[in-house]
Amino acid sequence: MAKKALLISPELCIGCRGCQTACKAWNQLPAIKTANRGSAENPPDLTPNLYNRIRYVEMPSESNQVRWLFVSQRCMHCDDAGCIKICPAPGALFKTKEGATAYDKDKCIGCKLCVAACPFDVPRYDEKDKISKCHLCSDRIAEGLAPACAKTCPTGAIRYGDRDSLIQMAKKTGYAKVYGETDLNGLGTLYAFKDSPKIYGMDEHPAIPETVVFWHKVLKPLAYLGLGGAVAASLLHYVAFGPKKDEEVK
Amino acid sequence: MTNHWIDFKNADIILVMGANPAENHPISMKWIMKARERGAKLIVVDPRFTRTAAKADIYAPMRSGTDIAFLGGMINYILKNNLYFKDYVVNYTNAAFLVNPDFKGPGDLNGVFSGYDEKTRKYDKKTWSYQMDEKGIPKKDPTLKDPHCVFQLLKKHYSRYTIDKVSAITGTPKEKLVEVYKAYASTGKPNRAGTELYAMGWTQHTIGTQNIRAMSIIQLLLGNMGMAGGGINALRGESNVQGSTDHGLLFHILPGYNPVPSASIVDLKTYIEKFTPKTKDPKSVNWWGNRGKYITSYLKAIYGNKATKENDFGYAWLPKLDEGMNASWLVLFDQMFKGKFEGFFAWGQNPACSSANAGKIRKALSRLKWMVNVNLFDNETGSFWKGPDMNPKEIQTEVFQLPCASSVEKGGSITNSGRLAQWREKAIEPIGESKPDSEIMNELYFRVKKLYRKQGGKFPAPILNLTWDYGEKGADGKIKKVDIHRVAKEINGYYLEDIFDRSATPPKQIGKKGSLCTNFVTLQADGTTSCGNWIYSGSYTQKDEKVINMMARRKKTDPTGLGLFPEWAWCWPVNRRILYNRASVDLHGRPWDPKRAVIKWNPIKLNPLTNKPGTWEGDVPDGPAPPMADEKAGKYPFIMRPDGMGAIFGPGLADGPLPEHYEPLECPLQENPMSRKHRINPTVKLFYGITGPHDMPAKGGGLPEDIFINNDSRYPHVATTYRVTEHWQTGVLTRHLPWQMEMMPQQFVEISEELAKEKGIKSGDKVIVSSVRGKVWAIAWVTDRFKPFKVMGTTVHQIGLPWCFGWQYPEDGSSGDSSNLLSPTVGDANTMIPETKAFMVNVEKA
Amino acid sequence: MGVSRRDFLKISGGSLLIGSLGINLNPVKAYAQGLRIKNAKETQTICPYCSVGCGIIVYTSEGKVINTEGDPDHPINEGTLCSKGQSLYQIVNNPTRLTKPRYRAPGATEWKEVEWDWALDEIAKRIKATRDRTFKITSKSKVKEKQPDGTEKDVEKEFVVNRTDGIAHVGSAALDNEECYMLQKLLRSWGLVYIEHQARI
Repeated sequence: MAKKALLISPELCIGCRGCQTACKAWNQLPAIKTANRGSAENPPDLTPNLYNRIRYVEMPSESNQVRWLFVSQRCMHCDDAGCIKICPAPGALFKTKEGATAYDKDKCIGCKLCVAACPFDVPRYDEKDKISKCHLCSDRIAEGLAPACAKTCPTGAIRYGDRDSLIQMAKKTGYAKVYGETDLNGLGTLYAFKDSPKIYGMDEHPAIPETVVFWHKVLKPLAYLGLGGAVAASLLHYVAFGPKKDEEVK
Repeated sequence: MTNHWIDFKNADIILVMGANPAENHPISMKWIMKARERGAKLIVVDPRFTRTAAKADIYAPMRSGTDIAFLGGMINYILKNNLYFKDYVVNYTNAAFLVNPDFKGPGDLNGVFSGYDEKTRKYDKKTWSYQMDEKGIPKKDPTLKDPHCVFQLLKKHYSRYTIDKVSAITGTPKEKLVEVYKAYASTGKPNRAGTELYAMGWTQHTIGTQNIRAMSIIQLLLGNMGMAGGGINALRGESNVQGSTDHGLLFHILPGYNPVPSASIVDLKTYIEKFTPKTKDPKSVNWWGNRGKYITSYLKAIYGNKATKENDFGYAWLPKLDEGMNASWLVLFDQMFKGKFEGFFAWGQNPACSSANAGKIRKALSRLKWMVNVNLFDNETGSFWKGPDMNPKEIQTEVFQLPCASSVEKGGSITNSGRLAQWREKAIEPIGESKPDSEIMNELYFRVKKLYRKQGGKFPAPILNLTWDYGEKGADGKIKKVDIHRVAKEINGYYLEDIFDRSATPPKQIGKKGSLCTNFVTLQADGTTSCGNWIYSGSYTQKDEKVINMMARRKKTDPTGLGLFPEWAWCWPVNRRILYNRASVDLHGRPWDPKRAVIKWNPIKLNPLTNKPGTWEGDVPDGPAPPMADEKAGKYPFIMRPDGMGAIFGPGLADGPLPEHYEPLECPLQENPMSRKHRINPTVKLFYGITGPHDMPAKGGGLPEDIFINNDSRYPHVATTYRVTEHWQTGVLTRHLPWQMEMMPQQFVEISEELAKEKGIKSGDKVIVSSVRGKVWAIAWVTDRFKPFKVMGTTVHQIGLPWCFGWQYPEDGSSGDSSNLLSPTVGDANTMIPETKAFMVNVEKA
Repeated sequence: MGVSRRDFLKISGGSLLIGSLGINLNPVKAYAQGLRIKNAKETQTICPYCSVGCGIIVYTSEGKVINTEGDPDHPINEGTLCSKGQSLYQIVNNPTRLTKPRYRAPGATEWKEVEWDWALDEIAKRIKATRDRTFKITSKSKVKEKQPDGTEKDVEKEFVVNRTDGIAHVGSAALDNEECYMLQKLLRSWGLVYIEHQARI
């Protein structure tokens, strides 16, 4: 089947956060108690119960007193996914036929290697220490429905469809480059950026950390051979990143 | 709304001023962005750079309360540069009408129009009249050159609104003014359409009505009224505020905009005479000429068989206002504050947070004997007695709090801003013991009636004679369960006898006894029809024996391609989707813009009503008459106006026939830059006395609660209030939703980098915002989205804060309290809508 | 953002707001089982928040709302919704909803839950008592009266008004049309003229 993707166009986004709530509603995610920290942006980061959030960025502008950008942040559904690459638990993280990076909580061993392997700082862990993140509404897309965020977006700032046609569409509407077209072998979350990705809070050239690539090739197969998942994972973590630190420190 | 939500896609220029659709009507942006895809331009004029402004092609900042100056400058620009749509202006507006030569404007009379009486603060409107010809029709000068014609008066009045002057008042940079004026005036061509979107940003001012009038003048000058992608569109705040207004839940109107009678209107005949406008111009439809049919059919609906010709259809049973009595919001709570009421219903509303000067309202509630509070959730009004600064032990008010069912727990219709009445089906049973509001009403109806029946009492007739045939009765005589469809049918109306069109020969039967009315055209003034609300006649009707709930229709055809969807639900009046659509065609019925034809006259096609050639195609036209050029039967386009013309000159208003800039009650200026003598609207009702020469607060001018200040260094910053996408109104229906609270948890105040620097405030700091009436804490958002204004040569800072929070929920008080604790007690001169969009405050670090 | 990741995780690890949701579905399970709304009943409704009038589908199962989302057939919103409309689910599935009538006696410091029958009877009694006490059959108004010499003069006259100034009412733009109509009719039958609602503010 044709690979699916999301195309996010901040120029069309009105910051209404229908998507942020639609995601919560569909995935039945509870809210946390937040505080106002001097901006509309809330919660301040992705959480195990927040798969998609809008970032509000104020920038200087040439024509106006300010430029105000609204950017959806979530899993990028990389084709070459660092999280899947490093995950020592078979079947815990996997690709669906549509191209979504999905997961099976029952198989997740809570090692958090995927956190370190993700170039976009996406995976979060729930209270049972299981991975939790955007899965492109894999249950909906399997039935031919759009993910909840894309379905609810009033202005087409989040579109879901065949990846190739979304890229073509973005190019036709004046975006010479589509963010994620080729990065990491092609992202499943594409962005139509008017300016440099940096302005929107994205790395110009996202890449999986070198160590992950190396250990993926060398250590993971060994680990599978000789050791159980959890033990292998902690060994892997130790060798790859050093002693396990408080993962709250970024 | 004259037009409707989907119609925004048809516009070439969308001017958002006094509204913030991206935050308060987000889905409307779907259609605004569709227009932009086609190349349309979005202009946003707002004191603050909003989420809507973030999508604008042009953003112009403007100090709160100076919209008339801004728009006056646009009128001046259009006239000076001859950018108006001449054919439209001459034929479809009152621009050519000759006005009484004694009429004078504020330019001549130091800030007021002719006829002003300082003592009563009212106008004698004698000189605002038209010169009449021998037939009693206004005299016209189609060349628009007569110095007394409306067009020339308009030109003279707005010649005072120069770019320099407007910029000095509004604080808008001159080049931004010109950029906006130029872009918007480009719609003065037949093939260009411009629309305006406003909301509370225009109405919540002492000059609110005139803000809208100023834009109406622009839309008429540019020929945008009646057009697809045109019109003036009030983006209303609540899901059914259109319907609740239509149905007369206001002190001054009965359903269908029939005025509430006053004391000296002693009988129905006098009522009809007084409220039926007259015209001697045969080309004017003068729709309100039908008043008698509508009021009589209303009385028949509410009193049924008890309303007879002999008893004046029960007219005496309607409560009457004293002459000149105003029972509107601010007066109501003023009376309550003064202990005038024993009982009070706060039904689906939270005035303790939503009212201007909320502190006064909270005190007023404690002076009641009893209150009934109906809501889905507890709220600041129902629990006022345990609020901040309240001592419950000293408060004697009894409160009954009744749980009602939510919108998905009952069936019924609501009317959106585009006048579209849509039916909702019940999805689940009411939660817990909550009841649909209609059931609560049914209970109260029955129990009060039973008491009067048993015990007698004062004037029981209206209670005993009220119709209430809404379902099967139990043994006790109570309706067991309200059948809401029966209510909808009563609103639509019934033929009580066989009805004939007696103008036809032989008389043609147009209604069958016992059937639902087809529409209001068939209503009668003799008691042979009943109709609860004439504008909804046609909403629940029948064809032969088949009863059709038109509001529940779901057919998606779009024959014009303009997004009218005529078979989706039902739109008042008579399913017309764009009001004043007869103004979208030329005198011969040809669309000004054939690419966006709302209606067009087909001279060949057989008219199904008359069986003669010549019929309208497209939207339901504003009346079936042939085009205006038809000498015998042609009609003017603005059928609701007695003279049939769009009103550039508006002599009906309290504060002047042409909008004039006045400053808000509280402003940063010593005097009004337009007219030194009158700083504020000279006709507003004052709750706190003023003293000359600049309308300053008089010492001891009223209740301490109603005090205001002006040009006072203690409160140097302009403040405005607003809502946010994540919350709705006072937040009762959103603060209880964890998903919404997670995104927008606490009261905040937006302030500019410049002001923050002056005050040593950083983003995220807790600050205190205070006015002379109260204070609230808020979290500071330091932002470039607010910028200081240069006003009359000085720097003026403006801040803004939402009014979606309240002390009662979350129960830990973590979200703060209503910004309406700050706003003043004063309202618009015409509507008495409180001025919550411009007042003066101070901001300090907490 | 002025918050470190550590601070934030502390907040997020703290109190979870309201357990109305209960389950945190494992997406792979959902994926395997098919859509959780597959066998739900669909009811069309219109959003109760702003006045755009968006269509929403309410999915119910065993008398409970299990999902709400935009109605794709609705010509105005075409399936889309803003965050408020998206939250309709939590209006229904919400432990803070009022579910029983409550009464607060004069001077009381707390609410007391009461029975409907009692509350409605007590309210009816108060409506009648206040109405009877404050009802005005007539009232004085100033009107202009033509004098024999053709001029007009303000005179005070007594007129029939048949109203009570003892009870006021506000609300509501959140009611259905039929309810608004019933309510104005009911209030006016009691003689109220102080009737206002959201449209004024």
